[in-house]
Amino acid sequence: MSRFLIPAAIFLALVGVLYVGVVHSPNKSTMQSALLGKTVPDFSLPVLDAPGMTLSNTQLAGRPWVLNVWGTWCAACREEHPVLLEIAKQNVLPLVGFDWKDEDDAALDWLKQLGNPYSVVVADRDGRVAINFGVYGAPETFFIDADGRVQYRHVGAMTPEVWQREFLSRLPRGGLP
Amino acid sequence: MRAAAVAVLGTLLLGLSLSTAAFDIESMPTPEKQKRYDGLIHELRCMQCQNQSIADSPVGLAEDLRRDVREQINAGKTDAEIRDSMVARYGNVILFRPPFKASTAWVWLAPFLLLLVGAFVAVRIVRQRTSMVAGDDSIVDTDEPAR
Repeated sequence: MSRFLIPAAIFLALVGVLYVGVVHSPNKSTMQSALLGKTVPDFSLPVLDAPGMTLSNTQLAGRPWVLNVWGTWCAACREEHPVLLEIAKQNVLPLVGFDWKDEDDAALDWLKQLGNPYSVVVADRDGRVAINFGVYGAPETFFIDADGRVQYRHVGAMTPEVWQREFLSRLPRGGLP
Repeated sequence: MRAAAVAVLGTLLLGLSLSTAAFDIESMPTPEKQKRYDGLIHELRCMQCQNQSIADSPVGLAEDLRRDVREQINAGKTDAEIRDSMVARYGNVILFRPPFKASTAWVWLAPFLLLLVGAFVAVRIVRQRTSMVAGDDSIVDTDEPAR
């Protein structure tokens, strides 16, 4: 009897380890941002469709805002677009569009055809700023607080549930000043 | 006939070996920098295609990260500084060789612990069997199916 006890115990331990590993494995689609709690990287990017104009992180400081990474080459971005339009209607948080490695003309066409949910869109044409944000796919959506710190990053298409649970819930109580 | 087959096989193998480099890795101004560049891009994970290094992946993000590594090398950053900057942006997961610290200790130690457990079990089994053989043969026989 006892000769089976040790192998059985080892087997059960292995099952336990593998189970914990599988359940808690960092899912590729929900990897936590390394920037959580840190200040957003400095950037100054051209504003789409506004030649000569740039937008920098310092201009956005002082109130919470949302950065939405997208591109016209990204299928899931098309999928989440109606949700972004709904979010824009609520008018509670400024949505900053981050057009990642894209053609300006294609991006403008996209916004004309599907509607523009963004307060402003910046163009990171060569992807230099995106890597400072730790972006590894699109869409990705960041919640940045009034102090300019990253509070949350959602990977994948935005949904009304995620917006409610992870973004609106992070607003200061009683809404914005 | 056989020679033809060998020739065909040879051509196929040659094609295979050539096709492993699907794209050209950018070159650096000096051999010393090239060596550091080659080393670094092989130890950084492509975050879009996670089981490849940024040296092996042709996707846009890997290309951007390689450019970042080149720019940092040319700006005089050390390998450690470049690795740290990658971890600051993407987390430890970007390193194929995670650093040894409290939160990653088990990654490094688990294989050795399992090896110890395996060795312990193996020694036990061998000892048990040896003592069985040395002792009463009938114990061994009960383990075998009746023939």
